[in-house]
Amino acid sequence: MNRRHWLAGALVAAALASSPVQAQTTLRMTWYSDGNEGEVMRDLLNRFEAGNPGIKVVLDTVPFKAINENLPVQLAAGQGPDMARIVDFGGLAKFALDLRPHLANAGYWEQNFGPFLEWMREPGNTTAIPGYMTQLTVTGPLVNKTLFEQAGVAIPGPKATWEDWARASKAVADKVKAPYPVALDRSGHRFFGLAVSQGAKMIGADGLPAPADEGFRRAAQLIVDWHKAGVMSKELWGSVSGTAYRGANEEFKNAQVPFYLSGSWQIAQFDKTVGNAFDWIAAPTPCGPANCSGMPGGAGVIGIKATKHPAEVAKVMDFLASEPVLSEFYARTLFVPGHIGIAKKGVAYQGASPQAAAALKVFGDAVAALDPAAYRIQGNAYSRIVFNAAISRLGQAVAGEISLDDAIKRIDSDVAQQVAERNKK
Amino acid sequence: MSETGPPPRAIPRESLASRLIQAVAGLLDRPMAWIQRAVGGRGMAYVFLAPNILFFGLFVFLPIGINMAMSLTGGTNLFLSERPFVGTDHYRSLMQCGSYLDPASCREDHFWKGVSNTLKFTLFQMVAMVGTALVTALVLNRKIRGRGFFRAVYFFPVLLSPVVVALIWKWILQRDGLLNGAITLVGGEKILFFVEPGWAMFWAVFVSVWAHMGFYTLILLAGLQAIPADLYEAAEMDGTKPMRVLTRITLPLLWPNLVVVLVLVLIKAVQTFDEVFVLTGGGPGTATLMVVQYIYETAFANQVQNFGLAAAASMLLGAVLFALTMLQLWIARRKAA
Repeated sequence: MNRRHWLAGALVAAALASSPVQAQTTLRMTWYSDGNEGEVMRDLLNRFEAGNPGIKVVLDTVPFKAINENLPVQLAAGQGPDMARIVDFGGLAKFALDLRPHLANAGYWEQNFGPFLEWMREPGNTTAIPGYMTQLTVTGPLVNKTLFEQAGVAIPGPKATWEDWARASKAVADKVKAPYPVALDRSGHRFFGLAVSQGAKMIGADGLPAPADEGFRRAAQLIVDWHKAGVMSKELWGSVSGTAYRGANEEFKNAQVPFYLSGSWQIAQFDKTVGNAFDWIAAPTPCGPANCSGMPGGAGVIGIKATKHPAEVAKVMDFLASEPVLSEFYARTLFVPGHIGIAKKGVAYQGASPQAAAALKVFGDAVAALDPAAYRIQGNAYSRIVFNAAISRLGQAVAGEISLDDAIKRIDSDVAQQVAERNKK
Repeated sequence: MSETGPPPRAIPRESLASRLIQAVAGLLDRPMAWIQRAVGGRGMAYVFLAPNILFFGLFVFLPIGINMAMSLTGGTNLFLSERPFVGTDHYRSLMQCGSYLDPASCREDHFWKGVSNTLKFTLFQMVAMVGTALVTALVLNRKIRGRGFFRAVYFFPVLLSPVVVALIWKWILQRDGLLNGAITLVGGEKILFFVEPGWAMFWAVFVSVWAHMGFYTLILLAGLQAIPADLYEAAEMDGTKPMRVLTRITLPLLWPNLVVVLVLVLIKAVQTFDEVFVLTGGGPGTATLMVVQYIYETAFANQVQNFGLAAAASMLLGAVLFALTMLQLWIARRKAA
């Protein structure tokens, strides 16, 4: 090989090194899916990459459990992704990147995600913009209309109480031999969907959790009584220990549940999987002595503080949170919008069946009926500590291991211990 | 006289290999000689042990040390440098009990419930496992038709992952599972196995025995085959009854193997986690919550990941396992003597 060949080789190498391909930044986004949102997100990211050849986004899809259990450990070790779809905003706030300095228009974010940004910030921080909402969720009942019709039992009206629904659902289940008259996901968030209507506030005057108020006790008593009376089956709340989540979506799909308290995120799934097997509807949240409110919630994408590419992360987030893109995302995933502007204009949901569209309307109306206490509970940095303590100890009470009084005492002490541990510096 | 002489003798492959080894070893001669001069003849033993010690130090002793340090710190940060020192607080929390016989009287009631469940599980599992493995080994040691096939069949579950085993049995035992299908087929009522504490513990033990029995059967079978056949021939000539042969010849001579199996089963039972966790989730309530599940949930599943408390609990469990391992070593040495 002569000197000329060496020179040509060096020039090619230099050209390759300075080409856009070599300069590409790869970002990773940890993601979970309940329905088709992973496919929709990938599609949107492809569009972003086409317009921004210097940035590639890898979507790492993991089970929901990994979002709550593995991601926090990864982040604590400084090994996390650049962005992540999460639900525990308060718990992960300390790992969130403040996108504000890198955003094209921070005012747009404040205007459209304002109330939700408070959920994502660390206590005391009033300015950070950590991310945006991929969906706003609201708890509420899904009802198997066909089972009610087969049993000849009238579906309770819009202002029906929890007790009305329990009686009606038990009557249906007895007639059609359904094993789960009332099913409530084994989740603290869903439990508070009942507890708020009973008057639960959860937060003390000092901003710290004070779970065992009268509303909480009333809701807990209902759960225990319904299990004793056969209105709820022990298979969901009593059959596992600790903080394990158990959903009843499979049972609902198999027409074993007349009344299922879950939430808006199930609509797309049931629209696809139930199909024409039976008719189902979303009903307004049952009323308790305090109000007829469920619990708000949601998932959102946040930037991660440890990223080496904050500007690129902000660029991706600016694209995904922009009104046309996010509007398309909500429309294709059948999610309730977590963007104030889009929520006001309304979403033209794509491919939703008439019953899914009707269910979305019911949940949309339910958002307007949410009690302020429900927003405060959801936004509290310690809410998930209370949620988990509640299901762990109420699960024991349901299984008959401890009394309800003992369960409530244990919830108080578990929460106090975990809050103290989190605040140890 | 032919111009071609006798064909050259092929050099044996072993010879080539040994030459190669000698050449490589020759390269090491000088450095080894230098090391020997530096550390002396006695020190060379440690030089040869060094790679293993390094491996164990890095992957066994260092994690134990970090775990110990973690158990003396608090907060939710992962790195030791960011965690406040809390002394023996976590150990005191774990040991704070009105009565150790009543988990509900303890501050960390789930830990003690886990201890109590693990003890129950260990006891039931040991009796069932050793009993079943012994009977199976005795049967498979006889000249029965298809002996090889049955040996393979009993050993097959050992090859399966514990999670797979638990999932298979979960599908069999759930409300609409195979077993309830069979029960309703013969006119019975469905049984909710994972809602009744007694049933849940029974199935946890059963599945564990089903999954691991093959391994212990193999150890006992090896022991049975090592018993001299002439002893049985002599007993037969004397007209000794089969039960007497079992109690006076088989069991005494199998005793060393039985003790090894007992200790191994004991250690494995104390460590139980994956199978029971996937099968019952620790429920109903906390009826099948084991110590290792408590440690896992305290460290990872709870909202506040209390690594310090989990590390303290695992140090206590480690102490128990260390004692059991010492017992096993002592028994093995006695056997060898």
